[in-house]
Amino acid sequence: MTGLLGKLRRLSGVGEAELVPQARLSGPMPWVIAIMLAMTVIAAAAGLGLRNMARSAALELEGGMTVQIVEARADVREAQARAAMEALRAMPGLVSLRMVPQSEVDALIEPWIGDDAASGRAVGAIPVPALIDARFGDAATPEAVARLQRELRAVAPAARVDAQSSWLRPVFAAMVSLQWLAMALVVLLAMALSAAVLLAARTALGTNRDTIEIVHLLGGTDVQIARVFQRSIAIDAAGGGAAGLVLAVVVIVALGRRFASLGTGMVDQGALMLGDWIVLGLIPVAATGLAMITARLTVMHTLQKML
Amino acid sequence: MTASDGEIVHFDNVGLRYGTDREVLSDVSFTLFPGSFYFLTGASGAGKTSLLKLLYLAQRPSRGMIRMFGADAITLPRDRLPAMRRRLGVVFQDFRLVSHLSAFDNVALPLRVAGAPERDIERPVADMLDWVGLSDRMNARPATLSGGEQQRVAIARAVIARPDMLVADEPTGNVDPEMAVKLLRLFEALNRLGTTVVVATHDVHLLKKVPESLIMRLDKGRLSDPTGALRYPPRRAAAPSRAPGTER
Repeated sequence: MTGLLGKLRRLSGVGEAELVPQARLSGPMPWVIAIMLAMTVIAAAAGLGLRNMARSAALELEGGMTVQIVEARADVREAQARAAMEALRAMPGLVSLRMVPQSEVDALIEPWIGDDAASGRAVGAIPVPALIDARFGDAATPEAVARLQRELRAVAPAARVDAQSSWLRPVFAAMVSLQWLAMALVVLLAMALSAAVLLAARTALGTNRDTIEIVHLLGGTDVQIARVFQRSIAIDAAGGGAAGLVLAVVVIVALGRRFASLGTGMVDQGALMLGDWIVLGLIPVAATGLAMITARLTVMHTLQKML
Repeated sequence: MTASDGEIVHFDNVGLRYGTDREVLSDVSFTLFPGSFYFLTGASGAGKTSLLKLLYLAQRPSRGMIRMFGADAITLPRDRLPAMRRRLGVVFQDFRLVSHLSAFDNVALPLRVAGAPERDIERPVADMLDWVGLSDRMNARPATLSGGEQQRVAIARAVIARPDMLVADEPTGNVDPEMAVKLLRLFEALNRLGTTVVVATHDVHLLKKVPESLIMRLDKGRLSDPTGALRYPPRRAAAPSRAPGTER
């Protein structure tokens, strides 16, 4: 147990902490890390939210197909719609089926057509297709759409079938792009963090050069000296990371509430799950690890140039 | 004889130059034996500090060969230098105390660097500070200590780990004569325990205070060795108390 504690002490650099002055959580370094960490967490949260949104929407629309009965004569349109409903009802793999009521269709197009009956431009005066919302267990692939089209044409020649997901394909593509953008931001911020740590470690090495030389001449190893800097940077990174995480969580929660108040289903589906919050919580831990590794490599590289 | 059994340090035709300047040390050859007490003398600028830098491994020579503790100190891999340095105790001319550490922590530094547990540090460090008359200044930072006090802390730091070889650059330069004698007695006590001591000084009175000491004299970067005894000391069965041929 004592040996294990000793190893832990050595790993954390506690034994050599006094070798160089420790400017813990002072100076600009923790704040730089806090700001970068907050941006990283927000970017990661945006990426995770977009992923959730895209997955949820894709799942919802995956088997969805819309059948339009494009027929100007109302009686023929209604007859074909009923026949199509019957045919669909008998099909295997059907999950749900709904004839979109005429009132709902009128409400959809009313903003463009208007409801001025006197001028003849009222919604009811224009023949609009009948709409059937069908959802199948399998994905609405182009083949499935073509097959359904063929089968419905037999009972409803005016039927036209569309996969619902095809309407949102550009939206999904944009979401994927935004996810990549969020990931790129996370990577760039990690690189910026490493660069900041590198500069801080070099500055600290320069400031403490005399002490380092003395420790070297007394038989101190590069690893001992690197541990001291590594530990100092880890304290800065952990402190800054915690502050950055708190700031980011406040921003994410506030934005989440703002979006939730919009009441649009798609945005609601982008809410972060427990697993997402755990991932966000691990970012400061990863950043601290990254900072420690960067500090260690920087210090070791610089010390290698000394005798 | 180039390297004999029992030698602790062997220099063979060592030269040192900084950059492209002329050599500050030229053709320096000598052998140090375990348990010997050496004074390194010479005028200011003769190269004493440069020679000591080679001895405490702060500098590599420009040419020549150096063996220390049985290993080639020039080709020794860098990662083996710390272990060799831990066998040395060094009193720097400018003390080189760590400014943010107390007198106690400065003295404890070699032990901590060597990985000694804290329980094995407190007592010896306190005793050592008491011995050099600084028990009441244990917690003082170097900036608050006088020159003499700083020098005593530097000496305490150099000897605390009982080194195989003690290298001291003008160790009594800033202390009163009484303390100088006391410090020399400390060096002698260490020497009797087997530590090889090399003291650089230009104080001729100091040389007389250690009758068993041997003299190495530097003049303009060259070791004065008219009889060749420093370079080729007669083979001895045991560690010498006095290297034959070295003159005072």
